Amino acid sequence: MMATLTFYLAGAIAVIATALAITRSNPVHAVIYLVNSFFALALLFYLLGAPLLAAWELIIYAGAIMVLFLFIIMMLKLSPSSAEKGLVATRGQWVPVVLLAVALASCTMLLTGLDPATAQEAPRWHASPRDFGYALFKEYALAVEIASFQLLFAAVGAFYVGRPDKMRDEEDVV
Amino acid sequence: MVDQFVMLALILIKLVLVFAVVLSMAAYLVLAERKILARMQLRYGPNRAGPGGMIQPMADLIKLLTKEDFIPATADRGLFLIAPGLSALTALLTFAVIPFGPTLEIFDQKLPLVICDLNIGLLYFLALSSLAGYGLALGGWASNSKYSLLGSIRGLSQLISYELAMGLSVVPVVMMAKSFSLTAIVMAQETIPFALLNPPAFLIFLISIFAESKRIPFDLPEAENELVGGFHTEYSGMRFGLFFVGEYINLVILSSMLTVLFLGGWHGPWLPGIVWFMVKVLAICFFFIWVRGSLPRLRYDQLMNFGWKVLMPLALLNVLVTGAILLGMG
Repeated sequence: MMATLTFYLAGAIAVIATALAITRSNPVHAVIYLVNSFFALALLFYLLGAPLLAAWELIIYAGAIMVLFLFIIMMLKLSPSSAEKGLVATRGQWVPVVLLAVALASCTMLLTGLDPATAQEAPRWHASPRDFGYALFKEYALAVEIASFQLLFAAVGAFYVGRPDKMRDEEDVV
Repeated sequence: MVDQFVMLALILIKLVLVFAVVLSMAAYLVLAERKILARMQLRYGPNRAGPGGMIQPMADLIKLLTKEDFIPATADRGLFLIAPGLSALTALLTFAVIPFGPTLEIFDQKLPLVICDLNIGLLYFLALSSLAGYGLALGGWASNSKYSLLGSIRGLSQLISYELAMGLSVVPVVMMAKSFSLTAIVMAQETIPFALLNPPAFLIFLISIFAESKRIPFDLPEAENELVGGFHTEYSGMRFGLFFVGEYINLVILSSMLTVLFLGGWHGPWLPGIVWFMVKVLAICFFFIWVRGSLPRLRYDQLMNFGWKVLMPLALLNVLVTGAILLGMG
């Protein structure tokens, strides 16, 4: 009972916070709402029996990625007073918005159109950190390795793009 | 029914006691720091309020509470108001997973001396310590002042850089204890503390928690002679006090984590567990203060280079070597 109530509460917070995050014109406020939504999401993971995933959600998304976002926003010198004008979407940016909206609407229609009588209840189970780790690094080791290689490529690419001007000049001469 | 009631009462008592002890430790650490630093610099330190300055923390508290709570006109009001609270809250919440003594038996009830023994306790600590960046970042940004903003940017980049090294330095601990639960990690150190089994991890963690606590030699976010007060320049009264208390609670937490992860937690000969735990934590706090009295501040590029080019590779190498040794031993 308590768990069900918490589940719906966290779900509502996640939806509302995400909606607020994409409608705020002030980027820092948007980041804060998104962090709230990640917290709610972590709670959902915990309630669904995946404490390790909940912790990672907080450490990686709320604790690292959003902090980096905040860092970039602060580097861009968007002070609280200058952020009032906000970001206005150009005509080109409306195209992906419409495409995403259509995709979301069709997914929702498919999900709500399912007949509850034939729907199967998902099995209830609890993934301890140990089980989760074994599953990740034994059964799905190849996928994990591929994903980490991609991150390595991204890091090398970022280093190449962001190399100091001096190195770039030398390259041009050669 | 009665059992459940006793259990609930014990948990509540435990919560209140831990809360009180951590807060008063933070308050008296401020006094201890001022006293010890003063003696190291051949001064007396605070000695007016009470015998030997013993009620100085109370005097400071009353002073902070009665001061004006000033909000700059151009500040982002909402975020400016909650940032100090976030800073103190993330620090306080961490103590929930730290085991500070062996399991006690009271009224036929087993009473573990930890508020909540999560099976992901170590990750919970890492999550909260990375969330601690928000209090600092939002406080500096919402103040809308260049000194605060500079302090926040420095603080954030420092936290991001050293968190990696900190996270990697505890991986060997998890490998040796085979658990994320802090109680299990303490239990695994019954005969020999991990600081002796894996000194590189201990040193990397020690250096990283200095950076995490934003203290000398890593106190660039609040470098007084460059940035006025750093990220809390615009704060006054008890909101400034909350940042300040948060910092000292954080000091207690980080010392406790060092004790739990590397110094064997409550294990030790002759004395009861809780006493050993307190002795170790206070000794590390003293070490923090001693370092503050001895070392100069690093330059910014030195700080970044050291974090990324020395600590990170060392921590990674340490994970590799520890893994190889554990595998070799079977």
